[in-house]
Amino acid sequence: MSRWLGAAVVVVLLAAVPIWFEAFWLQTGLFAMAAIIAAIGLSILVGIAGQLSLAHAFFVAIGAYGYAYLADRIPPLLALVAAVLLAGVAGALFSPIAGRVRGIYLGLASLGLVFLGQHIFQNATGITGGYRGVAVPPFSLFGFEFTGADGLVVLGVPYGPLEKLWYLGLVLVALSLWYGHNLVRSRPGRALATVRDSEVAAATNGIDVVRYKAAAFTVSSMYAGLGGVLMALAFGRIVPESFGLLLSIDFLVMVVIGGAGSVGGAAAGAVFVTALPLILNHYSGSLPLLAEPGSGGVGAAEFSRLLYGAAIVAVLLFARDGLAGLVHRKERVV
Amino acid sequence: MNQFVTLFVGGLFLGAIYSLVALGFVTVFKATHVINFAQGSVLLLGAYVIARAHESVGFALAVALGVLAAAVASVLIDAVLIRRIRRADLGTLAILTLGVDILLATELSRRIGTDVLNIGAPWGSDVTEVAGIRVATSRVLAGGVAAVLVAGFWLAFKFTDFGIAMRSAAEDGEVASLMGIRLNRVAATAWALAGALAAIGGLFLTSFPAAGVTGSVGLLALATIPAVVLGGFDSPGGAVLGGLIIGVVSVLTAGYQEELSFLGRGLGGVAPFAVMLLVLLVRPSGLFGTREVTRV
Repeated sequence: MSRWLGAAVVVVLLAAVPIWFEAFWLQTGLFAMAAIIAAIGLSILVGIAGQLSLAHAFFVAIGAYGYAYLADRIPPLLALVAAVLLAGVAGALFSPIAGRVRGIYLGLASLGLVFLGQHIFQNATGITGGYRGVAVPPFSLFGFEFTGADGLVVLGVPYGPLEKLWYLGLVLVALSLWYGHNLVRSRPGRALATVRDSEVAAATNGIDVVRYKAAAFTVSSMYAGLGGVLMALAFGRIVPESFGLLLSIDFLVMVVIGGAGSVGGAAAGAVFVTALPLILNHYSGSLPLLAEPGSGGVGAAEFSRLLYGAAIVAVLLFARDGLAGLVHRKERVV
Repeated sequence: MNQFVTLFVGGLFLGAIYSLVALGFVTVFKATHVINFAQGSVLLLGAYVIARAHESVGFALAVALGVLAAAVASVLIDAVLIRRIRRADLGTLAILTLGVDILLATELSRRIGTDVLNIGAPWGSDVTEVAGIRVATSRVLAGGVAAVLVAGFWLAFKFTDFGIAMRSAAEDGEVASLMGIRLNRVAATAWALAGALAAIGGLFLTSFPAAGVTGSVGLLALATIPAVVLGGFDSPGGAVLGGLIIGVVSVLTAGYQEELSFLGRGLGGVAPFAVMLLVLLVRPSGLFGTREVTRV
């Protein structure tokens, strides 16, 4: 009973955020939500299926560009679904390589995909607008526009695109968490974990290893695609540079910091990695230890990079199961 | 035709530099089973030290200092961090080196800022002409140095005690240590060599025709990843050949980008990755990598 009460309080608090917080926090929150969704996908791939991938940013980009392109032509809700499916198809197309290439070779092969993707997004100017980027059409749901045009005001707060997207983000994150939790605990989830631990043991138990690996890649890409759609909506305008190797590394780090294989951990890692630089940057003026950009001292951007690198090293050395491991440690000992 | 030969030779020389860095990757992987993503920032460290020191101590000593700094940094990464979690899986170790890379690269590029530091090489922007082919002198030197180093490596692998210790450590670490081979010492040597190779690679990658040392030079080491994967991760010979292939492919695609414009602009940067993906489709462990065989 108290669990339900706690959940209800959290929901109400999250729903009230746009009323109390200014645009910066909503924007940061939306980026974090997009990262959470994509990171859950990578966590399933890396932590459960044991396949290292550096291509996640590529699939995020497919989702983002897919939505931006399609939403002009078909209703945005359909465009969202189609973009997610498109990312899934891209993942499935890559799965012949993913199924054949193992472990570290897969991680490095998928690195190639990010660079190829960058090249395509830079050059396919008809769809992506090249380096100048492309505007993302606003979301709408059964005629309800996610813009500020309707002049909606809630409790004295004008509800613009960010405020409305906040709720879309909450719903998508909740669905992603729910699906992720169930997948991990289901029969396919356990099959994937067996594939990770030993492909031979999995195969002798009747698990179709190649098929499951391909499926893991597809599902993870679809998560990436959904994250990409939300990211595109939060950006409003997307450029190829946002989806480079750095983003891929970011996702891997989110998963590692959170604890590979843990859905909740990936979410926590995503919030940490996404929000930290934005928040540090926001407060760089009032934090005394941070220097102005270009003055030679340690600025906000550098400080957050250093903190980020140190967090990776510290987590891997001292808390191998990540944030999720810290929470669950007690249970495991007993 | 003349253009093709010029580009091809230029590609081989560039490839020779990649081979050196790739050889460092493979050495570390063979000895300690770590994919060392920190190689890029170690390369930057070597080039940075050379660029900062050459004015006060002269070029030769600066190079020695740079190589030493890179080797020491590389050994420290192994001794202080990697050794503590030696038994962790490949992915964990790779991400740990990524974390180190972020720390080191962030600090170095903060120190460099927006400057372009001159590497101070005495051969400057000279160009050598052999049989009608014009190549930057620094690239020719790089080719020579690479040939000597690769030959030295090969001899060391084959014939010295260190080479034998390292090969046996790569074959079966547990048995090797029972035979009296100190794995930590083998590991430290391998990391030191990788650091030194990275610094030398950095020296040539930042001399003419490149502009100099900038904060993003560490990313150049990424270009050697296709070389390593192409050759097979545990094959030194494969790394050298992979480096040469990648060098030729990237120079040729950049040189013929007018003719290849239907594939889009900036092809030279992606072509190596495309080649890598194609090779992996056919040979999942690279050209010369040990195939994973599963016996039940």
